Amino acid sequence: MDSLIALLDNNDIFNVTTLLHYWSGFVTTIQLVFLSLIIGLIIAVPLGILRDSKNPLISKPIWAYVYFFRGTPLLVQLYLIYYGTAQINGIQDTIFWHILSEAFYPCLIAFVLNTAAYTTEIVRGAIRSTPKGEIEAAKAYGMSWRLRMRRIVLPSALRRGLPAYANEVIFMLHASSIASVVTIVDLTGAARDIYARYYAPFEAFLFVAAIYLCVTFTLIFIFRKLENRIMAHLQPLSH
Amino acid sequence: MMKKLSVVLACLVAATSSLAVAADKLKLAVDVPYEPFEFKAPDGTLTGFEVDLANAVCAEIKRDCEFVIQAWDGIIPGLLARKYDVIFSSMSITEERAKKVLFSEGYYNTPSAWFGKKGAGIDVTSMDAVKGKKVGVQRGTLQDDYVTNNMGESVVDIKRYTTADDLVLDLQGGRLDLVFLDFPVGESTILKNEAYEAIGENVQVGNGVGAAFRKRDTELADQFNAALKKLKENGAYDEIMKKYFAYSIKI
Repeated sequence: MDSLIALLDNNDIFNVTTLLHYWSGFVTTIQLVFLSLIIGLIIAVPLGILRDSKNPLISKPIWAYVYFFRGTPLLVQLYLIYYGTAQINGIQDTIFWHILSEAFYPCLIAFVLNTAAYTTEIVRGAIRSTPKGEIEAAKAYGMSWRLRMRRIVLPSALRRGLPAYANEVIFMLHASSIASVVTIVDLTGAARDIYARYYAPFEAFLFVAAIYLCVTFTLIFIFRKLENRIMAHLQPLSH
Repeated sequence: MMKKLSVVLACLVAATSSLAVAADKLKLAVDVPYEPFEFKAPDGTLTGFEVDLANAVCAEIKRDCEFVIQAWDGIIPGLLARKYDVIFSSMSITEERAKKVLFSEGYYNTPSAWFGKKGAGIDVTSMDAVKGKKVGVQRGTLQDDYVTNNMGESVVDIKRYTTADDLVLDLQGGRLDLVFLDFPVGESTILKNEAYEAIGENVQVGNGVGAAFRKRDTELADQFNAALKKLKENGAYDEIMKKYFAYSIKI
């Protein structure tokens, strides 16, 4: 341990201070991504189900929401939510300002809305590809729409959507790097600080690239395990 | 087939001939907007103190100059990658930067200052008064170093911005209590709004501003130094300065 500290003391760029800076950036990135994904998923599942509702008052607004958030860059959405809201007259005196004055929450809101839109489409696509026979069988048993969703459609749809969702999780991790443009010190923000301080772009950014890579591979590994487990019934039989 | 080939050839010829012309031009990098040093006039043309001064220097050394707009974050790597030959963008001369680039003699120095809401009554010299305040600075600037080293992350909540525009926007939006900026920049952005004022005394940080070159371009740096010296002596410098400043920034 002492020798490690001694080694770090002799290093221009990777000393104890900068590594702590990277660490706090790492924690922020993980918090931001994890919270966005969880909240996004909770929003997306009902939206994905209702997206194909026969009532246009329900399905059209969801369509518009998904269309907007998938059709515009996340960076633009972040700017709108971060800088745009602060321009609204008198917002500083409302209770919303407690949330909006810190950079973290506007950013979280932008990420949640963005990932929820993509996840909605994933859920909807998975529901749509439910084999007709399964639904007909459920109907033949006299199951109501609600029961059919719960017992037949959703369990298999969420399994089918998992590989696409794994991609969304990884995209979200990478997209979270734009949090650094609104003063949040996430992994990329930490790299930008250290880069600006030492004028060392390669060291600063290669280091965070390596961290992102490790996190990505960990996520891929977890999702593959999960897929193997919950989709075991779809795999070819082994001899 | 022949037709396609001739089109490709024509393109190649056009590309190489334009390259040959560009090689003679001296390219200068500026980070826009940084009023009143370099900014775009309403008609879109690049203007400002440094733009005028750089044009005067170019006339002096008899070179064709072209401005390249480059964000501050990547301005030194861009120089080293030969995207341009000179940084002429209010770059303060520091030891750390001098390890990577070659500086000319300083050609101006401006004070830095604190800005905040009028009547907020924050004493910026007292650590207790600024404790827990949100302070905005431009990332990687001398002002950033000053706040980081003199106050530190444990006293104030330092928010680092890439551009001065974003920083001013957040001060006006109420996300920042104080900002520490180059005085002229703050004067031409923050102080335009009457609700804000400069707080306390101006602070002198750094050794002034110089043009930055690649280390091996010593000849070009010598030419710039000679030209700047001449402009300072023959009054051309003062004339340009008076166009933009009510006070002297000459060094």
